[in-house]
Amino acid sequence: MWNEEIECMSREDIFELQLKKLQATVKRAFDKIPFYTEKYSNANVFPEDIETLKDIEKLPFLTKDDLRACYPFGMFAVDKKEIIEVHSSSGTTGKPVVSGYTQGDIDNWGEIVARGLTMMGLDEDDIIQNTHGYGLFTGGFGVHYGAHKLGATIIPISTGQTRRQVEIMADFGTTCLIFTPSYGIYLGEVAKEEGIDFEKLGLKAIGFGAEMWTAEMRERIEDTFKTKAYNIYGLTELMGPGVGIECSAQNGLHIAEDFFYPEIIDPKTGNTLPEGTHGELVLTNLERESMPIIRFRTKDLTALHYDTCACGRTLARMERITGRSDDMIKVKGVAVFPSQIEKALLKVSDIEPHYQIIVTRPDIMDEIEIKVEASESLFSDDIKEMIGVKRKIGEYIQNEIGIAVNVSLVAPKSIPRSTKGKIQRVIDKRNLH
Amino acid sequence: MYKITQLSIFLENKRGNLYQVLNLLAENDINIRALFLADTTEFGILRLVVQDPLKAKEILEKNYYIVKNTPIIGAELDDTPGGLSSILKILKDEEIDLEYLYAFTHERSEKAILLLQAKDLDELLSILNAYKIPLVPAEEVYNL
Repeated sequence: MWNEEIECMSREDIFELQLKKLQATVKRAFDKIPFYTEKYSNANVFPEDIETLKDIEKLPFLTKDDLRACYPFGMFAVDKKEIIEVHSSSGTTGKPVVSGYTQGDIDNWGEIVARGLTMMGLDEDDIIQNTHGYGLFTGGFGVHYGAHKLGATIIPISTGQTRRQVEIMADFGTTCLIFTPSYGIYLGEVAKEEGIDFEKLGLKAIGFGAEMWTAEMRERIEDTFKTKAYNIYGLTELMGPGVGIECSAQNGLHIAEDFFYPEIIDPKTGNTLPEGTHGELVLTNLERESMPIIRFRTKDLTALHYDTCACGRTLARMERITGRSDDMIKVKGVAVFPSQIEKALLKVSDIEPHYQIIVTRPDIMDEIEIKVEASESLFSDDIKEMIGVKRKIGEYIQNEIGIAVNVSLVAPKSIPRSTKGKIQRVIDKRNLH
Repeated sequence: MYKITQLSIFLENKRGNLYQVLNLLAENDINIRALFLADTTEFGILRLVVQDPLKAKEILEKNYYIVKNTPIIGAELDDTPGGLSSILKILKDEEIDLEYLYAFTHERSEKAILLLQAKDLDELLSILNAYKIPLVPAEEVYNL
């Protein structure tokens, strides 16, 4: 275990530690960040109102829109010279969210990822091939800092150059691969083509994340690479990968509770839900110098468990993410909202056409089809014009979401309606749930 | 009176779709005079000349079809070799671009009727008139 004192602390002590850190965090946020001063004053709640952990429920939630409104540096609690690194979300639905890090934050980030890598059975003798992208995306660097903290050897190869990846893993004797599930499946196929024998290569662990996955995908990955695969969860706003990481028990992800306070809420009412109940994950930074994020609605659906894990750790476990509380879908790793499709469709037709988004994964790559019901305004007697309309719809959508889609024009009323006449906007056939 | 109201109907290119729309018209006693189907792999445009275009459009729209009235012109020609090409030569020489055309024969008069669509229908009309190509009045086509 990387930090037994924390990872096996009694629940009572964890809650006590969390309360102390929460009080300090709320006070610092209120004092240093005008956004919080105003938000909490308007809600008539003040740092001294946090007397117990449960009192966190008095604080209003923080949403992605709040963070966007603070773009780029409005959430920083420290002087800009203290910030030594920034990352950013992809910003597909508007301004991106910027995440800042002090030296202390980077150290802590390394700490939580190092704990996770240890959970996966790794130590300073291991060679970690990190196929997460290095850039504004937090995936690459988070794993990088964790590997440094652990003292393992990191190969910062990033995504792509798949044949080179295969060559390197064989030549360098990689013992751990970090990838997104879909890239991992592709990498595995290329490796097989190149004649890699994973029985002989002797991988010790795989860390995967940044995408939704299923038990079947894990099985397929474990079967291909002949080793266990562990889930890594995180999000840019709170830090990056490492918020939760799976241990050898593979029974949920341990949340680094000395750094993050997790809650599950009912996404409709905002009420906090008890242990084991499924709802939306809400996270609070308990020790973030640069940018304390308090009660951030992740929109990710999961449940929390507080019983001691088979691995001996007492840190809370979150279940695998099984969906979203908004209608966002991730396609090829890109966040897509139906509202973006609507915006694009309104450029070709005054009246919003009826449409449906169908996401499939025929083999390993996601595909997205937009069915659009033809209407008076989209129809003409000219085939050329109709094909032009179809092409334009595809182009507008691609401009909006950044990935290519297949558009099909279908007959009016051909998309199934519910009894209330509503179309199910998104059909995800990838079986990720 | 020479502009014939053609119905253009959006159809998805799926088995049974053509049957469904034609059956709907049959059930409502709408007789089809001429038919032309333009298709892509995914969808098509069914073009129909029927006895009562207004009624047919109403019925189709009630059944959620997208229908547009498109005016076209019917020209009469001899049902003999070279009949069609003589008209096409005129259009070529006069630099008229056709969007599409289809033809059918008139049983009683042994004449063929050529249905024509162009971007500028009025220009097409005047050219055909100038060359004294006999045009078929819309009413006559509906009631063949």
